[in-house]
Amino acid sequence: MTITGIAAIGAGIAVIGAGMGIGKIGESAMNAMARQPEIQGKLQTSALILAAFVEAVALFGVVASLIV
Amino acid sequence: MDLITPGLGLVFWSVITFLILLLVLKKFAWKPILGAVDERETGIKNALEAADKARKEMENLKADNERILNEARAEREAMLKDARDIKNKMVSDAKEEAQQQATKMITQAQEAIENEKRSAMAELKNHVASLSIEIAEKVVRQELGNKDKQLELVESMLSDAKLN
Amino acid sequence: MCTFARNLEQGIFKLFIMTLNTLRAVLFLVFSVAVTNFGFASQDNEDQDKGFNAKEMIMHHVKDAHEFHIVDWDNKPISIPLPIILFTDNGLTTFMSSEFHHDDSGTHIVEKNGERFVKYHEKIYQLESGVDTLTFDEELHPTNAKLPLDFSITKNVFMMWVSVLVILLIFISAASKYKKSNNFMPRGIASFVEPLVVFIRDEVAIPMIGEKKYRRYMPFLLSVFFFIWVNNIFGLIPILNGANVSGNIAFTVSLAFFTFIITSFSGNKNYWKHIFWMPGVPVPMKIFLMPIEIVGMFVKPISLTIRLFANITAGHIIILSLMSLIFIFESVAIAPVSVGFSLFILIIEIVVTAIQAYIFTVLSALYIGTATEEEHH
Repeated sequence: MTITGIAAIGAGIAVIGAGMGIGKIGESAMNAMARQPEIQGKLQTSALILAAFVEAVALFGVVASLIV
Repeated sequence: MDLITPGLGLVFWSVITFLILLLVLKKFAWKPILGAVDERETGIKNALEAADKARKEMENLKADNERILNEARAEREAMLKDARDIKNKMVSDAKEEAQQQATKMITQAQEAIENEKRSAMAELKNHVASLSIEIAEKVVRQELGNKDKQLELVESMLSDAKLN
Repeated sequence: MCTFARNLEQGIFKLFIMTLNTLRAVLFLVFSVAVTNFGFASQDNEDQDKGFNAKEMIMHHVKDAHEFHIVDWDNKPISIPLPIILFTDNGLTTFMSSEFHHDDSGTHIVEKNGERFVKYHEKIYQLESGVDTLTFDEELHPTNAKLPLDFSITKNVFMMWVSVLVILLIFISAASKYKKSNNFMPRGIASFVEPLVVFIRDEVAIPMIGEKKYRRYMPFLLSVFFFIWVNNIFGLIPILNGANVSGNIAFTVSLAFFTFIITSFSGNKNYWKHIFWMPGVPVPMKIFLMPIEIVGMFVKPISLTIRLFANITAGHIIILSLMSLIFIFESVAIAPVSVGFSLFILIIEIVVTAIQAYIFTVLSALYIGTATEEEHH
């Protein structure tokens, strides 16, 4: 296996983490929305921002795989 | 690696382009658009406030009207009551007066009757007295002439007196 | 109750998009590995058959270029030439990219003012004197040529200017609609633009920066949002597909640089105190936190850069990879699958264009908000 292949596997692991993270954010956001529908707008915005943060970590992994 | 190395040329042009875009849009787009939106929002806010104020005033006016109406109603009530009182008083006064008048008239009438009766009695007494004297006189005169005649006379006299 | 249901629907939609995003990232990896391997495979067979090289094609489309290549017709490329502006040791040199005659292998030499240039893998090299052919080291980097400073109007710069023209056209005409109408009522294009502007103001600027200070930053936030969005959309139009402006790291790093500059210059005492001498913690902790906070200060714009670049580039790579499948398998039978998947990803990408522009704007506003936040304890 080439170094590129190993890098891709590393990025894949990063993506698994991000997937779980975003899933967890989505789950909690849905729960919170169901409990307190009145602050839904705020929840959506923060969920989206948090998802962006988690995604950034995965993207760092992907970029790291692009560097090698 | 190549993919994530920013090219100097593109960085330079991006910065220049974005700077120009920012300045041009700021002056010719965002300022008028945001200004108009702000203007409209303050307009709407003011209109809403004015409407609210008007509604409050309306409510005040309505309350005032209600109050005035209530006052008028109370006044009318009071006036009616007064009038009724006056009427009642007048009626009772009149009744009383009439009563008094009537009593007075009755007393007067009774007095008058009494007086009349008394004067009539006095006259009757006088009359009876003079009649008695007259009869006595006539009787005396006849006795002097004839006994029979005297009797006759007395007889006729008596019948006269009866007629009278 | 009705609004609740609607909001919930929107929320589910957004979460759905988030999930799709992750799915997209997974697909991206699967395909990049697959295509890389195919790419290598075809590279190995290059001698026997000059077949289709997916990796090369994709990289060619994702990267910047010196000419606007539209289509190959009868094995001859049809492209719009763009000006090349170089700063060499002797100063400015300019010529049109057509002088390279579509050569990208570094064999066609263009001579200007006694300087000789070749184009190799979309980079322009200045040949050293007395050299006629490029020589390469093991990693295929030229050894006998140097890179002059390249300020060319490349494909991306050209498309960026087109997008700027479009943005100016839309927003200045929208702004002029207000002047004509009384009561400041939006008409025509203004009624399309206004909700977006108000959205940025009410959902991004005011919650993130605060009622008092948001006005100063509105022009930046609005400009950056629409600049990214329009460039993202332009990147999705197939005929312009090569122009991957917002998926180019140079573009995203420039915008993140603006955010960084604005954040740093509007940072108040409170912000700098939180970075260099965190209040409310013991002194050893203060010293421990300082480097972390300083690194964090730079990681913020870097994450902005990477996020936008990686998302948009990933989208392009997936679509191109799916399309490549047809040519890799050399079969028409695979075409419906390829097209179907591409369409699916393309539809997600349309949403992603807006979401990425929104996230860049929100995070910029958030960073500005933390920098301008007043001390509240």
